[in-house]
Amino acid sequence: MRNKVISKTDFVAKIHNGASIMVGGFMNVGTVVGIIEALLKTDVKDLTIICNDAGLPGVGVGKLIDAGKVKKLIASHIGLNPVAGAKMTSGEMDIELIPQGTLAERIRAGGAGLGGFLTPTGLGTIVQEGKQVINVDGKDYLLEKPLKADFAFLLGHIADKKGNVVYNKTTRNFNPLMATACETVVVEARSIVETGQLDPDHIITPHIFVDYIVEGEKS
Amino acid sequence: MNPKEIIARRVAKELKDGDVVNLGIGLPTMVSNFVPDDVEITFQSENGMLNLGPAPLEGEEDWDLTNAGGRPVTMGLGGVCFDSATSFGIIRGGHVDATVLGSLQVDEEGNIANWIIPGKMVPGMGGAMDLLVGAKKVIVAMTHTSSGQIKILKKCSLPFTAVKEVNMIVTELGVMEITSQGIVLTELAPGVTAEDIQLVTEPTLIISENLKTMEI
Repeated sequence: MRNKVISKTDFVAKIHNGASIMVGGFMNVGTVVGIIEALLKTDVKDLTIICNDAGLPGVGVGKLIDAGKVKKLIASHIGLNPVAGAKMTSGEMDIELIPQGTLAERIRAGGAGLGGFLTPTGLGTIVQEGKQVINVDGKDYLLEKPLKADFAFLLGHIADKKGNVVYNKTTRNFNPLMATACETVVVEARSIVETGQLDPDHIITPHIFVDYIVEGEKS
Repeated sequence: MNPKEIIARRVAKELKDGDVVNLGIGLPTMVSNFVPDDVEITFQSENGMLNLGPAPLEGEEDWDLTNAGGRPVTMGLGGVCFDSATSFGIIRGGHVDATVLGSLQVDEEGNIANWIIPGKMVPGMGGAMDLLVGAKKVIVAMTHTSSGQIKILKKCSLPFTAVKEVNMIVTELGVMEITSQGIVLTELAPGVTAEDIQLVTEPTLIISENLKTMEI
Protein backbone atom coordinates (compact mmCIF):
# COMPACT_ATOMS: atom_id res chain seq x y z
CA MET A 1 0.00 0.00 0.00
CA ARG A 2 1.41 3.35 -1.08
CA ASN A 3 2.05 5.85 1.70
CA LYS A 4 -0.23 8.84 1.07
CA VAL A 5 1.32 11.08 3.70
CA ILE A 6 3.76 13.57 2.18
CA SER A 7 5.15 17.03 2.97
CA LYS A 8 3.41 20.15 1.77
CA THR A 9 6.49 21.12 -0.25
CA ASP A 10 6.52 17.76 -2.05
CA PHE A 11 2.83 18.04 -2.74
CA VAL A 12 2.86 21.56 -4.24
CA ALA A 13 5.79 20.54 -6.51
CA LYS A 14 3.20 18.46 -8.43
CA ILE A 15 1.20 21.56 -9.38
CA HIS A 16 1.88 22.97 -12.84
CA ASN A 17 1.33 26.41 -14.39
CA GLY A 18 -2.25 26.80 -15.58
CA ALA A 19 -3.60 24.08 -13.27
CA SER A 20 -7.25 24.16 -12.19
CA ILE A 21 -7.71 23.78 -8.44
CA MET A 22 -10.84 23.34 -6.36
CA VAL A 23 -10.38 24.81 -2.88
CA GLY A 24 -12.87 23.79 -0.20
CA GLY A 25 -14.18 26.27 2.33
CA PHE A 26 -16.77 28.97 2.78
CA MET A 27 -15.43 32.39 3.73
CA ASN A 28 -12.19 30.59 4.61
CA VAL A 29 -14.01 28.24 7.04
CA GLY A 30 -12.87 24.82 5.87
CA THR A 31 -10.04 26.16 3.68
CA VAL A 32 -6.54 24.70 3.84
CA VAL A 33 -3.85 26.87 5.41
CA GLY A 34 -0.48 25.17 4.99
CA ILE A 35 -0.91 24.07 1.36
CA ILE A 36 -1.72 27.64 0.30
CA GLU A 37 1.38 28.89 2.17
CA ALA A 38 3.52 26.26 0.44
CA LEU A 39 2.03 27.11 -2.96
CA LEU A 40 2.85 30.80 -2.42
CA LYS A 41 6.53 29.86 -2.15
CA THR A 42 6.53 28.32 -5.65
CA ASP A 43 6.66 30.00 -9.08
CA VAL A 44 3.41 28.39 -10.17
CA LYS A 45 1.03 30.84 -11.86
CA ASP A 46 -1.99 31.23 -14.17
CA LEU A 47 -4.12 29.09 -11.89
CA THR A 48 -7.85 28.61 -12.22
CA ILE A 49 -9.29 28.54 -8.72
CA ILE A 50 -12.73 27.12 -8.03
CA CYS A 51 -13.95 28.08 -4.58
CA ASN A 52 -17.24 29.21 -3.06
CA ASP A 53 -15.91 32.74 -2.63
CA ALA A 54 -12.79 34.91 -2.89
CA GLY A 55 -12.13 34.84 0.85
CA LEU A 56 -10.78 38.09 2.21
CA PRO A 57 -7.65 40.01 1.17
CA GLY A 58 -4.73 38.23 2.81
CA VAL A 59 -6.88 35.28 3.89
CA GLY A 60 -7.41 31.85 2.30
CA VAL A 61 -7.65 31.93 -1.51
CA GLY A 62 -7.40 35.71 -1.11
CA LYS A 63 -3.66 35.16 -0.58
CA LEU A 64 -3.32 33.46 -3.97
CA ILE A 65 -5.27 36.31 -5.56
CA ASP A 66 -3.11 38.94 -3.82
CA ALA A 67 0.03 37.18 -5.10
CA GLY A 68 -1.21 37.37 -8.71
CA LYS A 69 -1.23 33.60 -9.11
CA VAL A 70 -4.88 33.37 -10.15
CA LYS A 71 -5.80 33.84 -13.81
CA LYS A 72 -9.41 32.83 -13.35
CA LEU A 73 -11.68 32.52 -10.33
CA ILE A 74 -14.90 30.54 -10.43
CA ALA A 75 -16.98 31.40 -7.34
CA SER A 76 -20.46 32.33 -6.11
CA HIS A 77 -19.49 35.43 -4.17
CA ILE A 78 -16.56 37.87 -4.09
CA GLY A 79 -18.21 40.71 -2.16
CA LEU A 80 -15.93 40.57 0.85
CA ASN A 81 -12.72 40.71 -1.17
CA PRO A 82 -12.26 44.16 -2.76
CA VAL A 83 -8.88 43.04 -4.21
CA ALA A 84 -10.69 40.39 -6.27
CA GLY A 85 -13.23 42.98 -7.43
CA ALA A 86 -10.47 45.40 -8.46
CA LYS A 87 -8.57 42.70 -10.38
CA MET A 88 -11.77 41.76 -12.18
CA THR A 89 -12.46 45.40 -13.16
CA SER A 90 -8.87 45.93 -14.37
CA GLY A 91 -9.02 42.70 -16.39
CA GLU A 92 -6.10 41.19 -14.49
CA MET A 93 -8.24 38.27 -13.33
CA ASP A 94 -11.22 36.65 -14.99
CA ILE A 95 -14.12 35.91 -12.65
CA GLU A 96 -17.05 33.62 -13.38
CA LEU A 97 -19.89 33.93 -10.89
CA ILE A 98 -22.15 30.92 -10.40
CA PRO A 99 -25.12 30.54 -8.03
CA GLN A 100 -23.89 28.70 -4.96
CA GLY A 101 -26.27 25.75 -5.25
CA THR A 102 -25.44 25.39 -8.94
CA LEU A 103 -21.71 25.48 -8.17
CA ALA A 104 -22.10 22.74 -5.55
CA GLU A 105 -24.24 20.57 -7.81
CA ARG A 106 -21.97 21.05 -10.85
CA ILE A 107 -19.07 19.76 -8.76
CA ARG A 108 -21.18 16.88 -7.47
CA ALA A 109 -22.19 16.05 -11.06
CA GLY A 110 -18.53 16.20 -12.11
CA GLY A 111 -17.58 13.65 -9.49
CA ALA A 112 -20.62 11.45 -10.04
CA GLY A 113 -20.24 10.85 -13.76
CA LEU A 114 -23.30 12.86 -14.73
CA GLY A 115 -23.57 14.87 -17.94
CA GLY A 116 -25.21 17.73 -16.08
CA PHE A 117 -28.45 18.50 -14.27
CA LEU A 118 -31.55 20.65 -14.62
CA THR A 119 -32.15 23.49 -12.19
CA PRO A 120 -34.71 26.31 -11.96
CA THR A 121 -32.04 28.55 -10.38
CA GLY A 122 -31.05 31.47 -12.60
CA LEU A 123 -33.98 31.29 -15.03
CA GLY A 124 -34.68 34.73 -16.50
CA THR A 125 -31.40 36.15 -15.19
CA ILE A 126 -27.90 36.76 -16.59
CA VAL A 127 -27.07 33.20 -15.47
CA GLN A 128 -29.34 31.87 -18.22
CA GLU A 129 -27.28 33.46 -21.03
CA GLY A 130 -25.85 30.88 -23.41
CA LYS A 131 -27.53 27.97 -21.65
CA GLN A 132 -30.06 25.48 -22.90
CA VAL A 133 -33.54 25.74 -21.37
CA ILE A 134 -35.27 22.37 -21.07
CA ASN A 135 -38.95 21.96 -20.29
CA VAL A 136 -39.89 18.98 -18.15
CA ASP A 137 -43.59 18.36 -17.47
CA GLY A 138 -44.44 22.01 -18.15
CA LYS A 139 -41.68 23.55 -16.06
CA ASP A 140 -38.53 25.23 -17.41
CA TYR A 141 -35.04 24.41 -16.16
CA LEU A 142 -31.51 25.42 -17.10
CA LEU A 143 -29.11 22.71 -18.20
CA GLU A 144 -25.99 23.05 -16.06
CA LYS A 145 -22.91 21.05 -16.94
CA PRO A 146 -20.52 19.17 -14.66
CA LEU A 147 -17.40 20.83 -13.28
CA LYS A 148 -14.08 19.05 -12.74
CA ALA A 149 -10.52 20.17 -11.99
CA ASP A 150 -6.93 18.97 -11.84
CA PHE A 151 -6.54 19.32 -8.07
CA ALA A 152 -8.68 19.52 -4.94
CA PHE A 153 -7.45 20.99 -1.66
CA LEU A 154 -9.50 19.68 1.26
CA LEU A 155 -9.32 20.69 4.90
CA GLY A 156 -9.93 17.60 6.99
CA HIS A 157 -10.43 17.55 10.73
CA ILE A 158 -9.18 13.98 11.09
CA ALA A 159 -7.81 11.73 8.36
CA ASP A 160 -6.62 8.19 8.78
CA LYS A 161 -3.50 7.07 6.93
CA LYS A 162 -5.59 5.35 4.28
CA GLY A 163 -7.21 8.71 3.43
CA ASN A 164 -10.63 8.48 5.07
CA VAL A 165 -11.70 11.94 6.19
CA VAL A 166 -14.05 13.49 8.72
CA TYR A 167 -14.74 17.20 8.88
CA ASN A 168 -15.66 19.47 11.76
CA LYS A 169 -18.99 21.34 11.85
CA THR A 170 -19.43 23.94 9.08
CA THR A 171 -15.91 23.39 7.71
CA ARG A 172 -17.41 20.55 5.67
CA ASN A 173 -19.25 22.68 3.02
CA PHE A 174 -17.67 22.09 -0.44
CA ASN A 175 -14.84 19.80 0.71
CA PRO A 176 -16.52 16.37 0.28
CA LEU A 177 -17.92 17.37 -3.13
CA MET A 178 -14.57 18.58 -4.45
CA ALA A 179 -12.95 15.34 -3.25
CA THR A 180 -14.92 13.47 -5.91
CA ALA A 181 -14.41 15.81 -8.87
CA CYS A 182 -10.63 16.22 -9.24
CA GLU A 183 -7.77 14.28 -10.76
CA THR A 184 -5.48 14.68 -7.73
CA VAL A 185 -6.90 15.20 -4.26
CA VAL A 186 -4.97 16.27 -1.19
CA VAL A 187 -6.34 16.56 2.32
CA GLU A 188 -4.65 18.82 4.83
CA ALA A 189 -5.57 17.04 8.05
CA ARG A 190 -5.46 18.70 11.45
CA SER A 191 -4.75 15.30 12.85
CA ILE A 192 -3.70 12.04 11.21
CA VAL A 193 -4.64 8.78 12.91
CA GLU A 194 -3.91 5.12 12.25
CA THR A 195 -6.19 3.39 9.77
CA GLY A 196 -9.04 1.72 11.61
CA GLN A 197 -9.43 4.37 14.27
CA LEU A 198 -12.30 6.17 12.53
CA ASP A 199 -15.81 4.74 12.81
CA PRO A 200 -16.75 3.65 9.24
CA ASP A 201 -20.23 5.10 9.73
CA HIS A 202 -18.82 8.53 10.60
CA ILE A 203 -16.46 8.86 7.67
CA ILE A 204 -17.60 11.55 5.21
CA THR A 205 -15.00 11.25 2.43
CA PRO A 206 -14.07 7.63 1.60
CA HIS A 207 -10.33 6.97 1.16
CA ILE A 208 -10.51 6.09 -2.56
CA PHE A 209 -11.03 9.78 -3.38
CA VAL A 210 -7.90 10.92 -1.53
CA ASP A 211 -4.47 10.72 -3.14
CA TYR A 212 -2.30 12.60 -0.64
CA ILE A 213 -2.43 13.59 3.00
CA VAL A 214 -0.42 16.45 4.47
CA GLU A 215 -0.22 17.41 8.10
CA GLY A 216 -2.14 20.56 9.00
CA GLU A 217 -2.20 22.83 12.00
CA LYS A 218 -3.80 21.35 15.11
CA SER A 219 -7.18 22.92 15.82
CA MET B 1 -37.24 52.34 17.39
CA ASN B 2 -34.88 52.38 14.42
CA PRO B 3 -36.21 51.33 10.98
CA LYS B 4 -34.28 48.06 10.91
CA GLU B 5 -35.69 46.94 14.26
CA ILE B 6 -39.24 47.78 13.12
CA ILE B 7 -38.72 45.61 10.02
CA ALA B 8 -37.10 42.72 11.92
CA ARG B 9 -39.86 42.70 14.56
CA ARG B 10 -42.60 42.57 11.94
CA VAL B 11 -40.93 39.86 9.86
CA ALA B 12 -40.52 37.73 13.01
CA LYS B 13 -44.33 37.63 13.33
CA GLU B 14 -44.54 36.11 9.87
CA LEU B 15 -42.67 32.96 10.94
CA LYS B 16 -44.78 30.02 12.13
CA ASP B 17 -44.06 27.41 14.76
CA GLY B 18 -42.22 24.51 13.10
CA ASP B 19 -41.00 26.51 10.09
CA VAL B 20 -37.60 25.94 8.49
CA VAL B 21 -36.23 29.40 7.74
CA ASN B 22 -33.15 30.83 6.05
CA LEU B 23 -32.21 34.38 7.00
CA GLY B 24 -29.94 36.47 4.81
CA ILE B 25 -26.94 38.29 6.20
CA GLY B 26 -27.44 41.78 7.66
CA LEU B 27 -30.90 43.05 8.58
CA PRO B 28 -32.61 39.65 8.04
CA THR B 29 -30.30 38.07 10.65
CA MET B 30 -31.87 40.41 13.26
CA VAL B 31 -35.24 38.69 12.78
CA SER B 32 -34.18 35.75 14.96
CA ASN B 33 -33.92 38.10 17.96
CA PHE B 34 -37.66 38.76 17.88
CA VAL B 35 -39.16 35.28 17.48
CA PRO B 36 -41.49 34.66 20.47
CA ASP B 37 -40.44 31.93 22.93
CA ASP B 38 -43.43 29.73 22.12
CA VAL B 39 -42.58 29.67 18.40
CA GLU B 40 -39.94 27.13 17.45
CA ILE B 41 -38.10 27.86 14.22
CA THR B 42 -35.38 25.72 12.66
CA PHE B 43 -32.93 28.14 11.12
CA GLN B 44 -31.04 26.83 8.10
CA SER B 45 -27.73 28.31 7.01
CA GLU B 46 -26.68 27.65 3.41
CA ASN B 47 -23.04 27.01 4.30
CA GLY B 48 -24.33 23.74 5.69
CA MET B 49 -26.20 23.63 8.97
CA LEU B 50 -29.59 23.36 10.65
CA ASN B 51 -30.52 24.78 14.06
CA LEU B 52 -28.39 27.89 13.74
CA GLY B 53 -28.41 29.68 17.10
CA PRO B 54 -27.49 33.18 18.25
CA ALA B 55 -24.00 34.63 18.10
CA PRO B 56 -21.71 33.25 20.83
CA LEU B 57 -20.53 35.26 23.81
CA GLU B 58 -17.24 37.06 23.38
CA GLY B 59 -14.40 34.64 23.99
CA GLU B 60 -16.57 31.59 23.23
CA GLU B 61 -16.35 31.76 19.43
CA ASP B 62 -15.82 28.50 17.55
CA TRP B 63 -14.40 29.36 14.12
CA ASP B 64 -15.44 25.94 12.81
CA LEU B 65 -19.09 26.87 13.41
CA THR B 66 -20.05 29.87 11.32
CA ASN B 67 -22.94 31.39 9.39
CA ALA B 68 -23.06 32.20 5.67
CA GLY B 69 -21.22 35.44 6.40
CA GLY B 70 -18.33 33.49 7.91
CA ARG B 71 -19.12 34.77 11.42
CA PRO B 72 -19.16 32.47 14.47
CA VAL B 73 -22.59 31.25 15.58
CA THR B 74 -23.93 28.69 18.03
CA MET B 75 -25.93 25.57 17.31
CA GLY B 76 -29.19 24.57 18.95
CA LEU B 77 -29.84 21.13 20.38
CA GLY B 78 -30.34 18.58 17.61
CA GLY B 79 -28.39 20.70 15.15
CA VAL B 80 -26.67 19.10 12.19
CA CYS B 81 -24.00 19.94 9.62
CA PHE B 82 -23.86 18.80 6.00
CA ASP B 83 -22.13 19.53 2.70
CA SER B 84 -23.12 22.28 0.26
CA ALA B 85 -24.92 19.96 -2.20
CA THR B 86 -27.18 18.69 0.61
CA SER B 87 -27.66 22.25 1.81
CA PHE B 88 -28.86 23.43 -1.58
CA GLY B 89 -30.91 20.27 -2.04
CA ILE B 90 -32.76 21.39 1.10
CA ILE B 91 -33.14 24.88 -0.39
CA ARG B 92 -34.08 24.02 -3.99
CA GLY B 93 -36.08 20.98 -2.98
CA GLY B 94 -38.76 23.03 -1.26
CA HIS B 95 -37.75 22.05 2.29
CA VAL B 96 -37.32 25.67 3.40
CA ASP B 97 -40.62 27.30 4.39
CA ALA B 98 -39.44 30.88 4.23
CA THR B 99 -36.42 32.94 3.33
CA VAL B 100 -35.84 36.53 4.37
CA LEU B 101 -33.54 38.64 2.19
CA GLY B 102 -32.54 42.24 1.81
CA SER B 103 -32.68 43.83 -1.63
CA LEU B 104 -31.59 46.71 -3.83
CA GLN B 105 -34.80 46.66 -5.88
CA VAL B 106 -38.11 44.79 -6.01
CA ASP B 107 -40.86 45.27 -8.57
CA GLU B 108 -44.61 44.80 -8.82
CA GLU B 109 -44.25 41.48 -10.64
CA GLY B 110 -42.25 40.08 -7.75
CA ASN B 111 -38.93 40.33 -9.56
CA ILE B 112 -35.94 41.06 -7.37
CA ALA B 113 -32.50 42.56 -8.04
CA ASN B 114 -29.90 42.33 -5.30
CA TRP B 115 -26.65 40.84 -6.59
CA ILE B 116 -25.00 43.25 -8.98
CA ILE B 117 -24.76 46.94 -9.90
CA PRO B 118 -23.07 46.71 -13.31
CA GLY B 119 -19.87 48.74 -13.45
CA LYS B 120 -20.03 49.58 -9.75
CA MET B 121 -20.45 46.62 -7.47
CA VAL B 122 -20.27 42.93 -8.31
CA PRO B 123 -20.51 40.98 -5.07
CA GLY B 124 -22.00 37.90 -6.70
CA MET B 125 -25.23 36.09 -6.02
CA GLY B 126 -23.95 33.64 -3.42
CA GLY B 127 -26.91 31.46 -2.50
CA ALA B 128 -29.60 34.07 -3.19
CA MET B 129 -30.74 32.79 -6.59
CA ASP B 130 -31.28 29.28 -5.21
CA LEU B 131 -33.05 30.55 -2.09
CA LEU B 132 -35.43 32.74 -4.10
CA VAL B 133 -36.37 29.89 -6.42
CA GLY B 134 -36.52 27.19 -3.77
CA ALA B 135 -38.06 28.69 -0.62
CA LYS B 136 -41.83 28.33 -0.31
CA LYS B 137 -42.20 31.95 0.81
CA VAL B 138 -39.88 34.84 -0.03
CA ILE B 139 -39.98 37.83 2.30
CA VAL B 140 -37.98 40.90 1.35
CA ALA B 141 -36.93 42.84 4.43
CA MET B 142 -35.48 46.24 3.54
CA THR B 143 -35.69 49.94 4.23
CA HIS B 144 -38.33 51.45 1.94
CA THR B 145 -35.85 53.73 0.17
CA SER B 146 -32.07 54.02 0.08
CA SER B 147 -30.61 57.57 0.33
CA GLY B 148 -33.86 58.84 -1.17
CA GLN B 149 -33.76 56.36 -4.07
CA ILE B 150 -36.98 54.44 -4.67
CA LYS B 151 -36.46 50.68 -4.39
CA ILE B 152 -39.99 49.37 -5.01
CA LEU B 153 -40.44 49.84 -8.75
CA LYS B 154 -42.69 48.99 -11.68
CA LYS B 155 -39.77 47.11 -13.18
CA CYS B 156 -36.34 46.51 -11.66
CA SER B 157 -33.65 48.41 -13.59
CA LEU B 158 -30.81 46.25 -12.22
CA PRO B 159 -30.21 42.66 -13.37
CA PHE B 160 -32.65 40.21 -11.79
CA THR B 161 -31.67 37.77 -9.09
CA ALA B 162 -34.93 35.88 -9.70
CA VAL B 163 -38.13 36.32 -11.68
CA LYS B 164 -41.55 36.53 -9.99
CA GLU B 165 -40.44 34.92 -6.75
CA VAL B 166 -41.10 37.61 -4.10
CA ASN B 167 -44.25 37.10 -2.01
CA MET B 168 -44.01 39.85 0.60
CA ILE B 169 -42.16 43.09 1.27
CA VAL B 170 -41.71 44.42 4.80
CA THR B 171 -40.28 47.91 5.23
CA GLU B 172 -40.26 50.38 8.13
CA LEU B 173 -43.33 52.00 6.56
CA GLY B 174 -45.55 49.00 5.96
CA VAL B 175 -46.24 45.51 4.71
CA MET B 176 -46.98 44.69 1.07
CA GLU B 177 -47.96 41.49 -0.69
CA ILE B 178 -47.17 40.76 -4.32
CA THR B 179 -50.20 39.46 -6.21
CA SER B 180 -50.97 38.87 -9.88
CA GLN B 181 -52.87 42.20 -9.83
CA GLY B 182 -49.94 44.13 -8.37
CA ILE B 183 -48.67 45.15 -4.96
CA VAL B 184 -51.30 45.10 -2.22
CA LEU B 185 -50.66 47.30 0.80
CA THR B 186 -51.85 45.30 3.81
CA GLU B 187 -50.33 47.07 6.80
CA LEU B 188 -49.09 50.53 7.71
CA ALA B 189 -46.53 51.34 10.38
CA PRO B 190 -47.92 53.49 13.21
CA GLY B 191 -48.21 57.13 12.10
CA VAL B 192 -47.76 56.34 8.40
CA THR B 193 -50.56 56.91 5.86
CA ALA B 194 -51.18 55.13 2.57
CA GLU B 195 -50.40 58.45 0.82
CA ASP B 196 -47.01 58.64 2.58
CA ILE B 197 -46.05 55.18 1.41
CA GLN B 198 -47.31 55.74 -2.16
CA LEU B 199 -45.05 58.82 -2.45
CA VAL B 200 -41.96 56.63 -2.07
CA THR B 201 -43.24 53.69 -4.16
CA GLU B 202 -43.26 53.73 -7.97
CA PRO B 203 -46.14 51.36 -8.86
CA THR B 204 -49.65 52.28 -7.75
CA LEU B 205 -50.40 50.37 -4.57
CA ILE B 206 -53.64 48.45 -4.23
CA ILE B 207 -55.02 49.24 -0.79
CA SER B 208 -56.23 46.12 1.00
CA GLU B 209 -59.82 46.12 2.25
CA ASN B 210 -58.40 44.91 5.53
CA LEU B 211 -55.64 47.51 5.77
CA LYS B 212 -54.43 47.56 9.35
CA THR B 213 -51.70 48.93 11.57
CA MET B 214 -48.46 47.01 11.60
CA GLU B 215 -47.91 45.20 14.90
CA ILE B 216 -44.34 45.56 16.09
